[in-house]
Amino acid sequence: MAHAQPATAPAVLQEVRPAVLPRAVLVEHGRSFSWITDKICGIIEGKTPAWWWVCFIVACFVASFTVGGITYLVATGVGVWGHANPVNWAWDIVNFVFWIGIGHAGTLISAILCLLRQKWRTSINRAAEAMTIFAVVCAAIFPVFHVGRVWYAWYLFPIPNSNIIWQNFRSPLEWDVFAVSTYGTVSVLFWYVGLIPDLAVLRDRFYAAGNKFRSFLYGVFAMGWRGSNRHWSNYEMAYLILAGVSTPLVLSVHTIVSFDFAVSLLPGWHTTIFPPYFVAGAIFSGFGMVLTLMLPLRAIYGLQDLITQYHIDCMCKITLATGTIVGYAYGMEFFIAWYSSNPYEGFAFINRAFGHYSWAYWIMISCNVITPQFFWSKWIRRNTTLVWVLAIFVNVGMWFERFVIIVTSLARDFLPSSWGYYSPSIVEIFTFFGTFGVFSTLFLLFIRFLPIMPMAELKAVTPQADVHGGRHGDHKTGFGDPASIEQGGAKP
Amino acid sequence: MSKLFPKSANKLPLQILIYLGVLAGIATAGATYYLTPKYTRVGYAPVQPVPFSHAQHVQEVGLDCRYCHSSVDKSGHSNVPTAQTCMNCHNVIKPTSPLLAPVRESFEKNTPVPWVWVHRTPDFAYFNHAIHVNRGVSCVECHGKVNEMDTVAHTQPLSMAFCIECHRNPEMRLRDPKDIFNLDSKNLADQGRAEDARKYIHDWKVMPPQSCSGCHR
Repeated sequence: MAHAQPATAPAVLQEVRPAVLPRAVLVEHGRSFSWITDKICGIIEGKTPAWWWVCFIVACFVASFTVGGITYLVATGVGVWGHANPVNWAWDIVNFVFWIGIGHAGTLISAILCLLRQKWRTSINRAAEAMTIFAVVCAAIFPVFHVGRVWYAWYLFPIPNSNIIWQNFRSPLEWDVFAVSTYGTVSVLFWYVGLIPDLAVLRDRFYAAGNKFRSFLYGVFAMGWRGSNRHWSNYEMAYLILAGVSTPLVLSVHTIVSFDFAVSLLPGWHTTIFPPYFVAGAIFSGFGMVLTLMLPLRAIYGLQDLITQYHIDCMCKITLATGTIVGYAYGMEFFIAWYSSNPYEGFAFINRAFGHYSWAYWIMISCNVITPQFFWSKWIRRNTTLVWVLAIFVNVGMWFERFVIIVTSLARDFLPSSWGYYSPSIVEIFTFFGTFGVFSTLFLLFIRFLPIMPMAELKAVTPQADVHGGRHGDHKTGFGDPASIEQGGAKP
Repeated sequence: MSKLFPKSANKLPLQILIYLGVLAGIATAGATYYLTPKYTRVGYAPVQPVPFSHAQHVQEVGLDCRYCHSSVDKSGHSNVPTAQTCMNCHNVIKPTSPLLAPVRESFEKNTPVPWVWVHRTPDFAYFNHAIHVNRGVSCVECHGKVNEMDTVAHTQPLSMAFCIECHRNPEMRLRDPKDIFNLDSKNLADQGRAEDARKYIHDWKVMPPQSCSGCHR
């Protein structure tokens, strides 16, 4: 930091002359407030670009595979998926955990980074929260349709019914219902509350431009926001409370998802390492997806001044940290399988690495353990194409992680007489393939019609928002202050 | 912005919430009343191909349930009698009645009388008549006072709740084994003899299953 030494600093500091590390600037090139507003609103106000239409049509076409797969399932029965004894959880639960995990980066960025005052979150949090919500939508499709007769899916909730049966609250599957529905609700609230001031900006701009219809639509959702001091003070408090409510969710949701497995007795599932390991994996996969989405957006819309190299570095470093935790967990699972002297546990892990599904295991290891290690290199972090490709590998690897955990454990349980090999049916493949279309369709609609970055928050982290101009008494805060960086920091 | 929204729009969110709340309340109450078996099944009394009166045959003639439904205490399935059973009497009593024409036709052609099914157990539920009647559950508990019906009507909801309430508290429904087919008798609990019912449950090992697979096999 560029703080000057306190008066009581040891004399040795005068000799060694510690280097001053300036804080990175979060909005580059000294962009003004109005530039930010014009940039973000311009995406919505401008003409729909041709690439958007192409992507949208392709996304809708891909999404139709999910619609088709689900329609066929409802019309025929859940047997059209490839599960059968002994593998009764397969792609559906793999896909559910995969999509739910992706959402976690959004919640981490919006909640935990907000409470920790990590100001770099502002340029990516809106899109990451949108990603969270759309990922929860994709995730929910799978367990809901796995119940078979989907019109009875409301049995998941404790609603009095004429069968006088009640949910089994000792089952982690029931905890999952509450974990995921709470997660979805809080994520939507968080996203929406953050959107309100920006929706009001769009309402006013469309009104000024004479587009009453769009002004009205944005106005309805802006709920009469006028930007008064009282509005802002309530808004800040609401946002802080929601950040506080969401923070435990970052940890609890995937912990409970991991309980679906850890609470059972199956070798390969029944381990205490699952909750932290799943949470780290979820954040790892989530940041993989954030990078996958934000890097193209940054290139297409020319947002390099708002999503700077510093932002990409931060995201890569979190991916590296969580990916390394996941790699450690893989190693620790093997260690415990050996150390516990439990022959079933030992077999489960040997079988993962060298059994029928070893191909999936080694894809997982290469994508999840090796890929993130590239992010140690500054050169790689500065090559956005390479970062994007590595992020894709992270996404692939995390899907395979869930496949390895779920399918290999079920296919080889205690009784060799009930061993089996699972292959997905074409309906399952189509349904999963289609969820990428569902996700992309929703995300494309989001970037076309809603502000992809929180304008007010971005303005607060610009250098010009620092009213002290970096000068506070004798000190220099150096906080986002271009002057202090140009001068190489504060005088000792 | 006064041109965009009238001042009354300030009250809209609250109004919408209240309307939605009221609507949800009405929908819940309506579904609870109109969409549950207490309403959808009770009272169903279809017109049968032959206007057979249970009241007349039980009260005037004095037939036992098992004269016609002969497998009810021996088999999981309780049978509807064949025309042979009817013709035991009706070849001499009212042998030419036009009301009995479908029965005679069934008897001659060896095809069933197309009775309309009233108490329909769904495919996914297993129900065994013999085990119920042989452990103190009378016909009347599920079918109502058939001995007083001219046209058979659905008197109980026969919902899953109906089954489970009895499976949880069988002492409220059991009666003396000699009274099973006497539809005018009272069950032990109604006679104030719930203690006897509990002793009976113990002695006869009445163990109604409450697990899912007890009925959904």
